[in-house]
Amino acid sequence: MKFNINILAGALTLALFCAANSHAGPTADSVVKKGFIQCGVNTGLAGFAQPDNNGEWRGIDVDLCRAVAAALLGDAKKNRYTPLTAQQRFTALQSGEVDILSRNTTWTFARDAGQGINFVGVNFYDGQGFMVPKKRNIKSAKQLNGAAICVQPGTTTELNMADYFRANKMKFKPVVIEKLEEVLNAYFTGRCDVFTTDVSGLVAVRAARATNPADHMILPEVISKEPFGPVVRHGDDHWQDLVKWTLFAMIEAEELGLTSKNIDQQAQAGNPVVQRFVGATGDFGKMLAIDNRWAYNIVKQVGNYGESFERHLTPLGLDRGVNKLWNKGGLMYAPPLR
Amino acid sequence: MSRGQAMVQWTRTRLFSSWPSALATLAIVILAAKLLPALIDWAFLRAHWSAGDGAACRGADAGACWALVTAKYRFILFGTFPVDQHWRPAMVIATLLALYGVSGFHLLPAKKLCSLWLAALIAIGVLMWGGVLGLSYVENQRWGGLTLTLLLSTFGIALAFPLSILLALGRRSEMPIIRWSAIGYIELVRGVPLISVLFMASVLLPLFLPQGVSIDKLLRAQLAMILFAAAYLAEVVRGGLQAIPPQQEEAALALGLSYWQRVRYVTLPQALRVAIPPLVNTFIGFFKDTSLVVIIGLFDFLTTIKVSLTEPAWSGFGIEAYLFAALGYFAFCYPMSRYSQALERRSAHGAGLGALREN
Repeated sequence: MKFNINILAGALTLALFCAANSHAGPTADSVVKKGFIQCGVNTGLAGFAQPDNNGEWRGIDVDLCRAVAAALLGDAKKNRYTPLTAQQRFTALQSGEVDILSRNTTWTFARDAGQGINFVGVNFYDGQGFMVPKKRNIKSAKQLNGAAICVQPGTTTELNMADYFRANKMKFKPVVIEKLEEVLNAYFTGRCDVFTTDVSGLVAVRAARATNPADHMILPEVISKEPFGPVVRHGDDHWQDLVKWTLFAMIEAEELGLTSKNIDQQAQAGNPVVQRFVGATGDFGKMLAIDNRWAYNIVKQVGNYGESFERHLTPLGLDRGVNKLWNKGGLMYAPPLR
Repeated sequence: MSRGQAMVQWTRTRLFSSWPSALATLAIVILAAKLLPALIDWAFLRAHWSAGDGAACRGADAGACWALVTAKYRFILFGTFPVDQHWRPAMVIATLLALYGVSGFHLLPAKKLCSLWLAALIAIGVLMWGGVLGLSYVENQRWGGLTLTLLLSTFGIALAFPLSILLALGRRSEMPIIRWSAIGYIELVRGVPLISVLFMASVLLPLFLPQGVSIDKLLRAQLAMILFAAAYLAEVVRGGLQAIPPQQEEAALALGLSYWQRVRYVTLPQALRVAIPPLVNTFIGFFKDTSLVVIIGLFDFLTTIKVSLTEPAWSGFGIEAYLFAALGYFAFCYPMSRYSQALERRSAHGAGLGALREN
């Protein structure tokens, strides 16, 4: 029996090996052929995707696309960006207008299962919170009964808030304003007692807009889970693997302490794990049908996850919070690269 | 009557002709005296014209933060065009402005003007796209800012206008198929909002096309805008045509002119002259409508300004940003309306009504 199992295992390994060495998927083929990745991004969200003074796109969502380009094409610059509104984003992906959707999109069941798209991972964990002026002496969201709450319409934010108040048998008065500028004015001039949106947004607003940031407090309750991540189309497993492991490589690089500055030096040092990562040994690149130095290219040209975070989100006043690595008390965890 | 007396007279009749009018004048003067100094103080004296990251603008006594505009001017003018190639859209803007000037002040005869426009449009295409003459190729996804607004509205008006004349003639045609299709088209387009068509073109259309095939986004927007403007303009042109007395047409018929000769030499020139004010009205509306392309993710003039506002450094300076946007639109719309008035005067005593009366 043991013999048979060995044969079976051998056959399985062989099958896996063949599968692993199969050709790149249609998306990667077309990307290589046209020479660039078409990347769907936000039309302008600080820290995630935003054109700078010279019109160059910057942000952690943009960095993900740059990383995929570095892995597949060897050059992080080989990207073209399609700014997409919230309504357009899934159509653009489904119809093939973009190859990757990297647009602070919340991973939900209905989207993943029902829209013909696949979420490949999470590059930012967010959640909805409440901000109040400190002078109101509110310490918990449970004390918000009867409060006037500023909120933007049409997002899950409004629905989450309604759910939360109903579940806690509290009343509230929504002040619904579409434009961010105006909703903030309403909050800062005291037209409403509370402002609610994703915590990352609250932190950024408090840092940038409050005359004295210390006068405002973000309540400890986070009432929803908003994991943002890159999205690809159904039907191209190779492409999904490529984008997924690009994200994981960025996280893994941070865990290994590899940065864009020290990776050349670390690659010489002889640590076998790093040797595998940079492609000096092993054949991880071959399994993805790409250059064996793909992960090296990602870190060298774009940096690891922590570098990307510090470049784009730290200046907004966001701290790592739950986006720390798993071994530092956060949620960022990459399966082992081996 | 001396100059001084004339002024007193003018003041009395225009500003203080009655008690209510005198009160209104006083109220306005007092209000202006109160508001203007504060406004000037805010907009100029305490204003910041440059502040690296917006921090200087946030001082307690800071006035208007024009630094937003001076920091983001490249993005506002050229969108996401590659930065080392910014001279190309800059030249395009200069070319377009020169074209508007040459046409607006009638510096060239019509035939030469047509060839000039044609040559300029080709040059603009080459400059924007590149890919020839050693210019690097720039996909039109990266066009933006004021350049995009000017391109969309110039090409839109230039192409929609001839189409609208055909539609207006079609609607008045005696051939039923032509008439009914013109009516159907105009009524259909006027019955749906532009915003919904742009939305459908960007959200629905791609789903019907085979995978990988995508009609260019900019082209989609430009086409939708042309088709829309044509329908509205057609009704304006038709209004002009209705104003021409039927005797004109009959006289032309009696002279043995063919249909196209009658249109070209008799009805259309008069109809367009009558229709100048509503035509320019529609042009101005159309120019401002180009800002709707934000729905499909194109960065026009207004959108680049709005996107600049989402940057934390400039968050909160919405008043300055929107004032600048308003100034920008005004700088183009006001000359358009001046041009229409000049055109009216010109056609009134040129080959216009005076000449008709002499016959």
